[in-house]
Amino acid sequence: MAAEVLIPTSADEAATLFGEGEDLTVFAGGTILLPEIAAGRLKPTRALMLHRSGLDSLETAGDVVRIGATTTIAALIEGTDDLLTRFAEHVADGEVRRNATVGGNLCASPGVGSQRGDLGAPLIALGARVRSTGKGGERTEPVEDFLAGDRTGRLVLLIEYDRPAGKTAAEMMRRRHAHSYAIANVALCESNGDLRVGISGVGPLAVRGRSVEQSRNPDDVLNDVDPVSDALASADYRRKMLPLLVRRALDQLQAA
Amino acid sequence: MNLTVNGREHEITSAPLTPLLHVLREELEITSPKAGCQQGGCGTCTVLVDGEPRRSCLTAVATVDGASITTLEGLGEAESMSPLQTAFHEHYAAQCGFCTPGMVVAATALLERVGGPVDRDDILDALGGHYCRCTGYVKIVDAVMAASRTVPA
Repeated sequence: MAAEVLIPTSADEAATLFGEGEDLTVFAGGTILLPEIAAGRLKPTRALMLHRSGLDSLETAGDVVRIGATTTIAALIEGTDDLLTRFAEHVADGEVRRNATVGGNLCASPGVGSQRGDLGAPLIALGARVRSTGKGGERTEPVEDFLAGDRTGRLVLLIEYDRPAGKTAAEMMRRRHAHSYAIANVALCESNGDLRVGISGVGPLAVRGRSVEQSRNPDDVLNDVDPVSDALASADYRRKMLPLLVRRALDQLQAA
Repeated sequence: MNLTVNGREHEITSAPLTPLLHVLREELEITSPKAGCQQGGCGTCTVLVDGEPRRSCLTAVATVDGASITTLEGLGEAESMSPLQTAFHEHYAAQCGFCTPGMVVAATALLERVGGPVDRDDILDALGGHYCRCTGYVKIVDAVMAASRTVPA
């Protein structure tokens, strides 16, 4: 158990208590952390619990969707209906989704047997921006930049994106049971001829498929990601399947 | 912290990051939620939090401070079983019984949400995160379908 538990009652208080995030374990839904803490594998000295911080707002203002960091994936599915929802519906099962948060999904590091972070693909494809606080204060940056940076020093406050104006496509590959993380997720958004490609589940970080965006050649996706082996699938299998998923997603855009 | 469990209020003394599962089983000695995998994967610890099914092993007690919790004990007694418990009994939907508390609690939430006959896909979706290693699921699904077609007492 944590020696000290902090329970802020506003977003400002959460940001102040977080400071630069040193020696602090941020606790949102708990779906990843709580089993670790309960089993004694993780012993936080200080825990920042976000459930009273008011970071769970979900709103659509005009064409902009704003998702507070502790919005649960269940609430997200209730409150939105777009490319992101299509992936969110496949995260764990309904009971787990009532705990799991969007911010937690974004900040999850790879597990022992899987890559986690399934929502990375649609968030990248949607051009989502992440507002976070930490060293140097608040900043907003593209989700792929946030993911590539040092997430341990940042407290996610908000994730926002413009509602997709053009066409979208989703391809998911997973095992057939409720708790499987994705083997590979591919999300595409195209508007005014510009294509954005998000890929998650194949490696430790969700990435943007810039090569495919330029060439529209599915095989080029292997220039953008280096698939790994885990308990769900081998790297070799992912290398064979990922271009296929990208091809199917591109075909969906064509047909839409 | 406070919890209302099966209609009764309790003051809770466990630490804030204690799983709700352990609070129920160890502090309150309510033992129908089973400690199965204890990492959210098996579903036998599922309880209703303000009417919605959630995994008690994944839920830190501080995050549900003040909530109303329903466990299997709150649904019926041996002499006055709920329609769903009766259906589980009549359809032989329990074998070893370890998964049954979570199954019944989650299925109860499904029937309350739908409020009428449910089809097989609804059940598979609602119980998809609940593992049973004995029955092969057929009798469980049959029981939930049958219960959804009975008029609540």
